[in-house]
Amino acid sequence: MAFKLTAGQRSASIWALYAIGLVPGLWTFYLGVTAQLGADPVVTFEHSLGLWALRFLCLTLLVTPVRDLFKINLLPYRRALGLLAFYYVLAHFTVYLTLDRGLILTAIIGDMTKRWYTIIGMICLILLIPLAVTSNRWSIRRLGTRWTTLHKLIYPVIAGAALHYALSVKSITLEPATYIAIVAILLTYRLVRPKVMELRRRLTKTPPARMRAAAARD
Amino acid sequence: AALTGQKTEYKVDEKVTSKEDVTTYNNFYEFGTSKSDPANNSGDFKPKPWQIEVGGMVSKPTIFGIDDIMKQFTMEERVYRMRCVEAWSMVIPWIGFPLSALLDKVEPLGSAKYVAFETVVRPGEMPGQTGLFQPLPWPYVEGLRLDEARHPLTLLATGLYDETLPNQNGAPIRLVTPWKYGFKGIKSIVKITLTDKQPPNSWNLYAPNEYGFYANVNPEVDHPRWSQASERRIGEAAGLFGGARMKTLPFNGYGDEVASLYAGMDLRKNF
Repeated sequence: MAFKLTAGQRSASIWALYAIGLVPGLWTFYLGVTAQLGADPVVTFEHSLGLWALRFLCLTLLVTPVRDLFKINLLPYRRALGLLAFYYVLAHFTVYLTLDRGLILTAIIGDMTKRWYTIIGMICLILLIPLAVTSNRWSIRRLGTRWTTLHKLIYPVIAGAALHYALSVKSITLEPATYIAIVAILLTYRLVRPKVMELRRRLTKTPPARMRAAAARD
Repeated sequence: AALTGQKTEYKVDEKVTSKEDVTTYNNFYEFGTSKSDPANNSGDFKPKPWQIEVGGMVSKPTIFGIDDIMKQFTMEERVYRMRCVEAWSMVIPWIGFPLSALLDKVEPLGSAKYVAFETVVRPGEMPGQTGLFQPLPWPYVEGLRLDEARHPLTLLATGLYDETLPNQNGAPIRLVTPWKYGFKGIKSIVKITLTDKQPPNSWNLYAPNEYGFYANVNPEVDHPRWSQASERRIGEAAGLFGGARMKTLPFNGYGDEVASLYAGMDLRKNF
């Protein structure tokens, strides 16, 4: 980036991101309790939380390609984005358990044993827990390279989240199709990333090297 | 326009869903796939003039104008439960007349076993029928067995809440089969054909393992991806709290009237 933030500014902007990130959930909750969420408020709220979880997962996975391709470094914000996704997943699950299923255990167990979309959603939530727990400096130092390996779990999680969404709707309309496409692009990027980096290295580093060589010959 | 129907015995002891919810929370993909799209995008739709072509295996194939229909048949008020395959439900005060009355006029032949229905195709007036991403092939089609079509509960609705049908609810005329999932209730009908073969129905063509021909409401037979054992009654709670699910009833509570139609059939296979 062209401008640099001081450490204090950076820390403030991260806190601002947390605050702004929670606004959609709180706002939808407010609309819900004041009866402004339409005919089916519980499901509207539940789906909205799930969608925001998926959006923050996408943003988390966008940090790397944005840095690679546009040289914009959002790495300091990635932890906040990932944790926001986790908070929305937790809220989504809580609303499912309470407002939607009314804590009726037989219905919940039925969902968790028979229905693929709820099973997949549950697995995603469970996989996110170790990521959320280790999203601190102490864990990064402590786990070393294992931390990086552990956090690759985010890939199956986002794939599962997209699948969970697709399986829960009557038909694949434009909105789920769009998210499936975005997730597919984000994951495919990881596969082609070594090639992209190689290409970038050649494009940026080779000309000066050649020029230096030419200069040496003169 | 105002439209009243004769009071009938067809009513339920449950709270009727508000007109606001009945007319703004709809599945009518011809106008878009979100629940609010039909109310928002159906302003240009012209339900008048309108004709329904009734033919196929009948003695008297007839083209009915909608004004004829309103005059020829006695409109009744019928308060029915409506259960969507997506596990939500409403209670709706329909106005309409039994489909059997219309079938009597055209005199089905003895060879006729099924009734096929078709929705209008008007991309100029129905934004869901244009553009790159269209969820279903058009026209939307549906079908009933002849005995289901002749059942006294089976209604051709022309109104609700003492008014002619709003565009988003399937103006000017639609099918209502209260013991079946809502998608059987084909809207804005232009063609009715008597036939001896089971007619195609749009959602079954889209996903045959998920949506059957019969589509009878059945809490015991889950949709492959979600449970049909319970439902959310729309408008039960205005806000987030107090809108608990209720148990879904076999045949949506109309078992006494219709269960005999399916005697001896395996309802898991014929879902």
